[in-house]
Amino acid sequence: MIEFARTVRLWFAPARIRREGSTPDYRFSLANERTFLAWLRTALALVGGGFAVDQFLPDLRWGWRVGLALALLAAGALCALRAVNHWVRCERAMRRGEDLPVSRFPALLGVVIAVVALAMVAVVLLGWEG
Amino acid sequence: MSRPAAPDRDPGLQPERTHLAWRRTTLSATVAAVLAVRAALHTGASPAAVAAAAVCGVLWTALLVLAHRRIRALAAAGSPAALPPAYAIAAALGTAAMAVCGAVLVL
Repeated sequence: MIEFARTVRLWFAPARIRREGSTPDYRFSLANERTFLAWLRTALALVGGGFAVDQFLPDLRWGWRVGLALALLAAGALCALRAVNHWVRCERAMRRGEDLPVSRFPALLGVVIAVVALAMVAVVLLGWEG
Repeated sequence: MSRPAAPDRDPGLQPERTHLAWRRTTLSATVAAVLAVRAALHTGASPAAVAAAAVCGVLWTALLVLAHRRIRALAAAGSPAALPPAYAIAAALGTAAMAVCGAVLVL
């Protein structure tokens, strides 16, 4: 948690990243940027999914519809914040010549999406009439 | 006044790939923004819903401007500079803000 707070502080003092280590090959930086953008697209897709659940399953009971939509929206927001956090950590690791940070977030997100998908299958099959 | 041409070119097309990644990202944001506006129209256009959809529109425009500026920087001659952290933070916070607007629209 302290480590996380330190990284968040780094978001808002970006000049401090530049002061560390040496500038890596620009191709590595651009690869890191593309990975960040891929995560951002994942976040946007989750946000879009939240909107879609709300709009394209109108026959669903209110609680289920809003619950699923909010779960997807929250996952999207979390994914976006995590994307920038991971980008900063990778950038710093590359400048210092360290190993890239490992993360359990992809596994967690996979499990969450699987649970939401299963819930949606169950809800669409069983709870359609509400 | 001749510019250094051929040796500058990256055979791996890294700037181009990054350019396209930004374009895909703006496309994803467009889908989310359109769905947000649709949600606002379908929920009877209450003031809160209209405000949330308007914020989504502003965020979408901001992301387009951001992507445009980044793509311009990538296309400049020489080896491209790394993504400025302010851009990354703005893009991520904008996406998170879109999710918050979504919560307003859903509730």
